[in-house]
Amino acid sequence: MTVDMRPSIVLVVVIAALVTVGVYLMLERSLSRVLVGLILAGNGANLLFLVAGGAAGGAPIVGTTPIGRMSDPLPQAMVLTAIVITLGLTAFLLAMAYRSWQLNQHDEVQDDLEDRRVARRAAADQPSFTDADTEDSDANLDDEAAAVHDETDEGRPGSGRADEVTR
Amino acid sequence: MLLLLVGHLAMALAAPALVGWLGRRAFLVLALAPASAVVWALTQTAAVLHGTTFGAVPTQVIEWVPALHLELAFRLDTLSWLMLLVVGGVGALVLVYSSAYFSASAIGLGRFGATLVAFAGSMVGLVTTDNTLMLYVFWELTTVFSYLLIGHYADRKASRRGAMQAIVVTTAGGLTMLVGMILLGRAAGTFRLSELVAHPPSGPAVTVAVVLVLVGAVSKSALVPLHFWLPAAMAAPTPVSAYLHAAAMVKAGIYLIARLAPGYSTLAPWQVVVLTLGGGTFLLGGYRALRQHDLKLILAFGTVSQLGLLVLLVGLGTRAAALAGLAMLGAHAMFKAALFLVVGVVDAATGTRDLRRLSGVGRALPVTALAGVLAAASMIGLPPFAGYVAKEAALEAVAHDASGWRGDLLLVVVAAGSALTVAYGLRLLWGAFGTKRHPIPAGLAVEITRPSLLLVWPALTLAVLGLAVALVPGFGSDLLAPYANTYPGGAVGHLTVWAGVTPTLAITVAVLAVGLVLFALRERVERWQADRHVSLEADRVYRRMMRRLDDVAADVTAFTQRGSLPLYLGLILAVFVVAAGGAAIVGTSWPTSVRAWDRPAQVVFGAVTVAAAILTVRARRRLKAVILLGISGYGVAALYLLHGAPDLALTQVLAETVTLVVFVLVLRRLPPYFSDRPLAASRWVRLAVGLASGLTVAGLALVIPGARVRPPVSAGFAAEAVAYGGGTNIVNVTLVDIRAWDTLGEISVLLVAATGVASLVFLRRRTGAIFRADEATPHGRPVWGGLPDPAGALRRHGTADAPASAVPPPGPTSRPLRSAVWLRAVPTLAPHRRSVIFEVVTRLLFHTMILYSVYLLVSGHNAPGGGFAAGLVTAIALVLRYLAGGRYELGEAAPVQPRLLLGGGLVLAAGVGIVGLLAGGAPLQSEILDLHVPVVGAIHLVTSVFFDIGVYLVVVGLVLDVLRSLGAEVDRQAEAEAGPAGVAR
Repeated sequence: MTVDMRPSIVLVVVIAALVTVGVYLMLERSLSRVLVGLILAGNGANLLFLVAGGAAGGAPIVGTTPIGRMSDPLPQAMVLTAIVITLGLTAFLLAMAYRSWQLNQHDEVQDDLEDRRVARRAAADQPSFTDADTEDSDANLDDEAAAVHDETDEGRPGSGRADEVTR
Repeated sequence: MLLLLVGHLAMALAAPALVGWLGRRAFLVLALAPASAVVWALTQTAAVLHGTTFGAVPTQVIEWVPALHLELAFRLDTLSWLMLLVVGGVGALVLVYSSAYFSASAIGLGRFGATLVAFAGSMVGLVTTDNTLMLYVFWELTTVFSYLLIGHYADRKASRRGAMQAIVVTTAGGLTMLVGMILLGRAAGTFRLSELVAHPPSGPAVTVAVVLVLVGAVSKSALVPLHFWLPAAMAAPTPVSAYLHAAAMVKAGIYLIARLAPGYSTLAPWQVVVLTLGGGTFLLGGYRALRQHDLKLILAFGTVSQLGLLVLLVGLGTRAAALAGLAMLGAHAMFKAALFLVVGVVDAATGTRDLRRLSGVGRALPVTALAGVLAAASMIGLPPFAGYVAKEAALEAVAHDASGWRGDLLLVVVAAGSALTVAYGLRLLWGAFGTKRHPIPAGLAVEITRPSLLLVWPALTLAVLGLAVALVPGFGSDLLAPYANTYPGGAVGHLTVWAGVTPTLAITVAVLAVGLVLFALRERVERWQADRHVSLEADRVYRRMMRRLDDVAADVTAFTQRGSLPLYLGLILAVFVVAAGGAAIVGTSWPTSVRAWDRPAQVVFGAVTVAAAILTVRARRRLKAVILLGISGYGVAALYLLHGAPDLALTQVLAETVTLVVFVLVLRRLPPYFSDRPLAASRWVRLAVGLASGLTVAGLALVIPGARVRPPVSAGFAAEAVAYGGGTNIVNVTLVDIRAWDTLGEISVLLVAATGVASLVFLRRRTGAIFRADEATPHGRPVWGGLPDPAGALRRHGTADAPASAVPPPGPTSRPLRSAVWLRAVPTLAPHRRSVIFEVVTRLLFHTMILYSVYLLVSGHNAPGGGFAAGLVTAIALVLRYLAGGRYELGEAAPVQPRLLLGGGLVLAAGVGIVGLLAGGAPLQSEILDLHVPVVGAIHLVTSVFFDIGVYLVVVGLVLDVLRSLGAEVDRQAEAEAGPAGVAR
């Protein structure tokens, strides 16, 4: 089975255009534009799969097309799953955009404030979080030990439970 | 031995339930687990003693992953036997003690019991396993359980800090040890401990490996400079301190050193590490113990000190020292655990452990005091206690085996450390039980209650045992000597209570005298220490290091995590352009010729696709952008069809349609225009990145087809699809059979996406209720009734100016002409949202579409179609119903929870896979059945059709979930926002 493995220029141009446009939109801040870009670039990538599989041919259905003249079915199966996954991803990102609108009245992807805060505090050599457990303390071991007492019921003045005393 | 571990595991798992049922008495039941280890060890005594001498000890090996040297290998020689007795015996007594120690109403007892038993099990595994990798696993298990036990009172800062410190230090040590063990195993070609010791490899790598292993032992056994975690770990409940931090866990390091010493103790670095750290720890621990006021802290520093001595003895490498070390190991477990338990009794009886507040306790609690005195006498080394016997043997061994200045120095260290032991031992007894000369200030004095006897006898048992074993030293000698004699050098040692008047006896007398003097001068010693307070304390250094680590982590985070999505994406794309583009330019050959097109029509649809895409960028209106996106997508579908991929074209068209609807559902809530952003310079940067990416992909598209060097894997698909898949549509057979695993993974992703959508929109619950037309509230706000009705005046009911609630209430009871309604839930809509034509068309189309989707589903195996396409057609039918009749209509059309469809679909698809497995084939293998059914005729049934049905259900579930979230729920939220019924916005 010899397949014409020369690329077809029309598809290459379409792929390049879709990816360029998609990437340009993906670098935007508005989540819905990012999503549009993602779908366009995804379409480009799907076409790239087909191109990688070789030249066009007949539908890969036995009995409809002679076996030697079929287009490659493997990339098609992969792309088919990709299309449906993109649908799921689209729904998810749109739900995020909606949620973002609900919370902030816009759907722009802001810089991560937490990352910025960490960076700011790191630049100033301040701890990035406060945690009483890791702070230095001047308490010596004796003081700390005195603060820790097990939950026993004996010995607590006034709370001694006589029924437990057998002696 | 495996059975012991399983027993511990079962007991640990049952512990919470047992404690819930029996209360704290359950600890008595839990004590059976470690007790079983003792009983088992005792039954094996004869075999162990005989075997250690003649090399045939009890073993058990279960292969696990032979290629990785992973095996469940256990071996019980004398050393393991001794450790097993210590671990099991003290463990059982501590559990008995716990049953009376904790208040019946104490929180978290179930968790505590489970963790303690699990710890005991890990310890049993640690001391019996013969595989270094298993040893590491058990080692880290004890670390984790120790962390949980130290942090038992998680609401207290001291507990959390102590636990964190312990786990950081010992895990760091454990990981170091793992590296060492792997190096050692590589060098020797075996991971069996017994073989590593019997035939030690040599070379610089082995020396490094041994030092790394020693680091692990040093961290676990709290040797200087990593000793600081042990005093901090005293925040643990006292039974834990008695078990983990006196008898069991800290002995793991000693065990490891004793285990490896016969093979490696002659290495120079070994001697340096063991002798300097052991000796240094022995002295420092004793010195620090003289300054503490908390009884547990005295014991903690005392333990640090004794661990130093133990390392010194078992690591020295001579037989006599090893024998003394083993004897000391047993003696220490008995007296130190007993003392911790005694301190716990004092704490429980008085409410404090501060020796400045305790006075006259000994008189009030004579039996407890007796146990304390017996145990402390053993620790101090008074004859005829076990501690004395061991210490005598130690002095004897050091005096004889080490020669020259090194020997003298060691002797001095051991003697000085012993004197410190005497001093802090007396200080402990005096502090806990003595009657102080100066009366305690009124505010600090304590009231003493009498504790339960159950609380005293475990300590007393251990203390008396310490006396009993010392009275038969020859027996102990016989028991322990077989292992000590596996050491390479030195004379055979002896254990004895009375060796006659020897130089050692003189040293012992001197040690006791110096210790007494130090005790008598205790106040001066304390003041002297306080004056020489050093700033370089190990735990401060540790904290400073952790702080520095945090700083470095923050700097690294600040550098790499800039928080800007475009920046991250830009970086990823730049790497892609440079790496993939660079490789395409450098490493491949460009095609010599190209085709302009496969079919001329490609040019037309390609142009449409590209034009729509470019216009999308320019669109400022969201809706316009989305519609252009759709056009571009349909163009791509046409390209698929022209390429010879009808399945793809069908799916793309359907998916594009659903995408368009979903977009519109969300866009109605978003502002109509994209936010206006100034024409920044960054726009050109984005364009540059886009062009670079596009050109790179174009380059790849040119290069990839020619890069093929082998025939495509799909070359044989056509024949396989018919023969094994039972279908002629190769793409579909690929999806449901040849590459079914992929598809299974994909529908799982869909399920996750659907769940994610629902979770983002349904804020309080996973899913909302199903809106049924019958349940629409009669006076509720009509669906989509938000805007004023421009044509209201023309309507029959004249509802335009009237409040929306004047709409005749929906529902079958209030609508006598229900049969005239095209769609059942349409009456819930606001009148101006209704379109009779749309209703009629929907009514006519819906069932046809469902039928068509079933056709696609069933015929997909042999013609374009299949589960994905069929699911999408059904989904579009549902979309139609929703658009025509609102959310109640959607509920009428699909009165099921999407989660049922999603879950059911996944279960069905996976279930088909299991059927293939059960039928004796591979998972997801298809079975082809050709049946003859009367009347119907021949049926060609392939089991993968059920897989396809699973796919279908998941796709329908996804879209239904999206419609119910982004459609119905968003409607409901919008109406709730707009206000109560009838109030126009």
